[in-house]
Order: sequence, then structure tokens, then C-alpha cells
Amino acid sequence: MTASPLLSAFRSSLSEAWASGAGLLLPLGFFAGTATMVPFTLGSEAELLSRVGPGILWLALALSSMVTLERVFQADLQDGALDLWLQDSGSISLIAAIKTLTHWLVSGFPLVLLTPLIGFMLGVPSEKMIPAMLGYAMGGLVFFLWGGVAAALSASVSRAGLLIALIALPLYVPALIFGVQMVENGLDSPSFLFLAACTLFALGVAPAAMGAALRLAAE
Amino acid sequence: MLSYLANPLRFMRFSRLAVPICFALGIVMVGWSLYNGLLVVPPDERQGGDLMRAMFTHVPSAWLCMGLYAALAGASFVWYIWRHELADVAARAIAPIGAGYTALCFITGSIWGQKGWGAGWHNLILGDSRLMSVLVLFFLFLGYMALRAALETRQKAARAAAILAMVGIVNVPIIKVSVDMWQTTTIHQPSSVISIGSPEPREEGSGMNPIYLQQLLWGFGGHTLLAAAMVMMLMRSEVYTQQGDRLLARKLEGA
Amino acid sequence: MSNAPLLHGDGLGAVRGERVLFRDVSVTANAGELILLRGANGSGKTTLLRQLAGLSQAQAGTIERAGLHHWIGHTNGLKAHETPRSHLRHWARVWGSARDVDIILKEIGLQRPANVPCRMLSAGQKRRTALARLALEDRKLWLLDEPFNALDTDGQDLLAARIKVHRAAGGAVIAALHGASPIEADREVTL
Repeated sequence: MTASPLLSAFRSSLSEAWASGAGLLLPLGFFAGTATMVPFTLGSEAELLSRVGPGILWLALALSSMVTLERVFQADLQDGALDLWLQDSGSISLIAAIKTLTHWLVSGFPLVLLTPLIGFMLGVPSEKMIPAMLGYAMGGLVFFLWGGVAAALSASVSRAGLLIALIALPLYVPALIFGVQMVENGLDSPSFLFLAACTLFALGVAPAAMGAALRLAAE
Repeated sequence: MLSYLANPLRFMRFSRLAVPICFALGIVMVGWSLYNGLLVVPPDERQGGDLMRAMFTHVPSAWLCMGLYAALAGASFVWYIWRHELADVAARAIAPIGAGYTALCFITGSIWGQKGWGAGWHNLILGDSRLMSVLVLFFLFLGYMALRAALETRQKAARAAAILAMVGIVNVPIIKVSVDMWQTTTIHQPSSVISIGSPEPREEGSGMNPIYLQQLLWGFGGHTLLAAAMVMMLMRSEVYTQQGDRLLARKLEGA
Repeated sequence: MSNAPLLHGDGLGAVRGERVLFRDVSVTANAGELILLRGANGSGKTTLLRQLAGLSQAQAGTIERAGLHHWIGHTNGLKAHETPRSHLRHWARVWGSARDVDIILKEIGLQRPANVPCRMLSAGQKRRTALARLALEDRKLWLLDEPFNALDTDGQDLLAARIKVHRAAGGAVIAALHGASPIEADREVTL
């Protein structure tokens, strides 16, 4: 398979994400809104905020991955585009991976860009900013990949949101733990390596599972 | 043995005898371990006095919830590769039993730890890495069952659930490692059952009193037999349900 | 030209839940042939066609395909944000086709709404967009699910003419159809 189908899949799902209102503004608003809620719920005590702030953002990232992924494959199934992708056999895993990565780019990656701003607001010390950004980027990838597996498995289920959450949450646990630890302990801690390993593992395994699940969904 | 039983007819014949036998043996063994564990053996003050008696349910169920998830993944794998219908029936039957044992393990663990480790209930759940792993396992079982229930036909449910179980089992070790790293200060004692046979002299308090170990082994055996009996019973009911559905479909078609 | 059939399915069967949809169905499509799949609602026409296309697993039997095929399902495969032009461009890129999309659009009568997002198009216009994919790349075998649905008489004539040309060029068509066929079929498979 040459690169051009992958490139067109990327372009197509990018414009799909854009057209369906999941443009850049939506996730930015979501993350900023979540961050703003934190002081309201926990009080504005500076020390507390700087400690729990990064963790709350991890939750926001996990939530946004599940919310945005619900429609990714469901729409393809309903409008028949999935059937077309399946015609050229063997490529569906790659296409699925491209689609989830596009959604990560559109609704997960903005958090990385927003981290310095939100972090500043929550009083996260500046030396933790780089680990936090790297952590959100890698952890977000893991979330979107496993979330993509859950979404592909429940593509033929209407109103699959809760089901996706139930399936995906246990799979989020490692990235969540390693990610939070990495922000805590910095880049030279083993947590960083563990998180990187998690990301690579998800990149290796999740696309195959998504492909198998999508073949099944099309039946 | 397994491939011999892959034939549904043979399985039905085998399980008709095996279910009552496993049930009877299992109940006797669990009952014996509970009787001794709850009433006979002396309480161990270091491990929470009378509360440590929860151990005789807790430890066997901990072994079973891991074992049952592995069995679930194994059955799913067999079904996915070879399409043995019975493997799917087995996977389907294992899920609720496994979820039950994870719940049992979690509950007994909480009871045991309530006083024994000097921690409040809340601290225990959120503070103990092994119990948290069990909790995650519980959600894996739950997600598996929810996915099966949500898909409209048996064939679809079987395929999707098999994919999920295989994705789950490759993630279980990672989850375990991560949860262990998250809370290195586990209030769990190190696994003491294994160390019983170690020949070198142990410091006081490590290793396990043979009286306890004996009851634990009865518990292991009994719960394993009970779980096997329950799984086979659910499998039998599933086979009958499928036969019934087939008849019903044929009848509706004819009408 | 070899005599091997473009598609040969043998002893096919389908089960949904515990319900047997059909069993022991065989379909062969040779070059130049039009095969119609017939049957009442719920008899499994679409399921059989999807099995032939490799979209559903056949629960029994074997299927051999000689090469790639075009698939037009009962859903059109259009995304809401796509226009007929962007849809065809997209699949032309995926398939590596160098055909001129504008000529294809003109021939199928979609010149005017070529840049209108699909969510604003009529059912017939969407169907035409899907059928326009057939012209993007030469594939010997067409698998069509109710291809005449939603088309006006103009469109039906257009499609019938396309099918005729395709068969004359050595292609084969397998179509699931519930209504009367505007074209004479070589064979019918009744479920």
C-alpha cells in the first residue's frame, strides 16, 4: 500500500473532524473550561491547585478522548464509507490508526499547546511544564488509541458513549499512572520510559484490534 | 481433554456428571476450609485478629479472578482462531463468574484489611495496589459483559467480545506493573504462601503457619471446583438456550 | 482472455442469530454477464452480496474473486461534509486514479451540484455521486446493491447504458434487486 491512501484518509478525516464541529476551538474551550472549574470545586489555595491541577487535566484529556471518539467509526459505518475502505483489503488497520491519530491531533493535542497557559493559571511550577506537555502528548496518544479500539468495538451500538467509557477506562490506567508520576518526578524518572513503552505498545497493538473490530462492525 | 470436549454433544454428556460432582466436592472443601478457618484455627493477632479469617475466602478468590480472566482470554483466542462454538460459550459463561470472584476478592480484602493493617476502609481501597488491580480487573469483566449485551446478534457479540478479551489480557500485566508503581507502599503482606517451602531459616513472622496453609489449600481447591461447576452450568444453560432459539427461529419461520 | 470466472461463490450460507437466512447458494459471474440476486425482503440479498464482496464472512462455503471490484452498497459512502467533486477526488487519490473528475461528473449529470455539500443534495444526486465512482477506475466486477434506488428515469437509463457498456467490455455485474429490472439478466439467483 502506498502512502497516498493514508494521506487522503488523513485529509478526509481532518476535514470531517473540522466540519463536525470538533475543530480546534472546541477542545481548546473544553480544556480551558475544565481548568477553570478546578478552582471553583477545590478552592483557590495555591499549593493545593498546583498539586492537583495536572491530575485534573489528565482526567479532562481522558474524557475528551472518549467523547470525541464515539462518532468516529459510527459515522463511517452508517454512511457506508467503512464499506469502501474495506474493499481494499489489508489497509483498514492503518486507516483506523490514521483516523484516531487525526482525532488526537484535533482534540487531544490542543491540550499540549494549552498546557503552559493552564499550568500558569493553576500555579504549576515552571520546571514541570515540559514533562507535563510531553506526558499529555504521549498519554493522549495512548488514550485515543485504546479509546479507538473501544469505539470500533461498539461502532454498531447506538448511543455507545457509556459503553466506550466502560471498555476503555481500565485500559487507560497505566498511561494515567505513569503520566502523572512522570510530571511529578521529571523526565529522568523511570515513569517516562514506562509511559513511552505504553505509547509504543498501544501504537503496535491497537491498530490491529481496531481493524478486526471494524471488519466485524461492517458485517 | 479439551479438544475431546470441544464437541458440544460430548461436552453435554461430560458436564451432566461433572457439574454435580464438582459442586458437591467444591462445597465440601470450601465448607471444611471455612469451618476450620472461621471457628477452629487460632486468630493471628499480627494480621488483624479474627478479621484475618477473611483470608480463607480472599486468597482463593484472588487466585480465581486472575485465573478466570486468563481462561476467558484463552477461550476467546481459541474461538477467534478455530471458531469452536463451545469456546465462545465458555468465554461467555466465565465472564459473570469471574466478575463475581473479583467482587468477592475485593470485598473480603476490604474486610480483612479494615482493622488488620491499621487503615480505615477508605485508605485501604485507595491505598492498596493489589486491591486496585483487582478492581481494574472487575471493570474489565464488566466491560466484556456490557459489550456482549450491547451487540445484536450472537455472532457479532462473540467476535467483538473475543477481540476485547485479547486486548484486555495483553494489557493486564501492564496494568499490574503500573498500579504497583503507583502505590509502592502497599499494606499487603508479601505473598507468603509460596515462601512456605523455603529451607533457609526465616525471620520471625514470615512464612505461614501450616494450620492456615492447610485451610487455604482446601479453599483453593474448593473454590476452583465451585467455579468450574458454575461455569459449566452456565455453559449448559447457554447451549440449551441456543438450541431453544434455533427451534424458535425455525418455528417462527414456518409460521 | 482466460475463461476463469470473475467471481465464483460456492455453497454459501448465512446465519443471523439462530436464524438461517439462506444455505447452499452458489453464484458464478463470467465476463460479460449480469447476475441478479432476487428474493423477498429479509431473504438475505444484501447479506449474500456483502459476502461476495468480502464485507461479511460467509458462515459456509467458499468465494473466489479474480481481482478488485467496485462496491455500491445501499448506503452511498458519502460523508456529510463532502461534495460530489471532493468525494470523487478523494477516492481517485486513494485508488491512484488519474481520471479527470470533472469529466466524470459531467457525464453522470452532476456538473451543477458538483461543489454542494452532500447534506444538501437529494437522494438521487447522492446516488449518482456513488455511481460515479464506477468510472474512476476500471474494475472488471461491479457489485451493486439496489443500484436503481432513488434514481429518476434519466438516471436509470444512464446506469443501464453504463452496465451495457461495461458488459460489452468484458466486465461482469452482480446486482441485488427487488423491483423489476430495466435490463435483461443472464441469470437470476433467487433466495
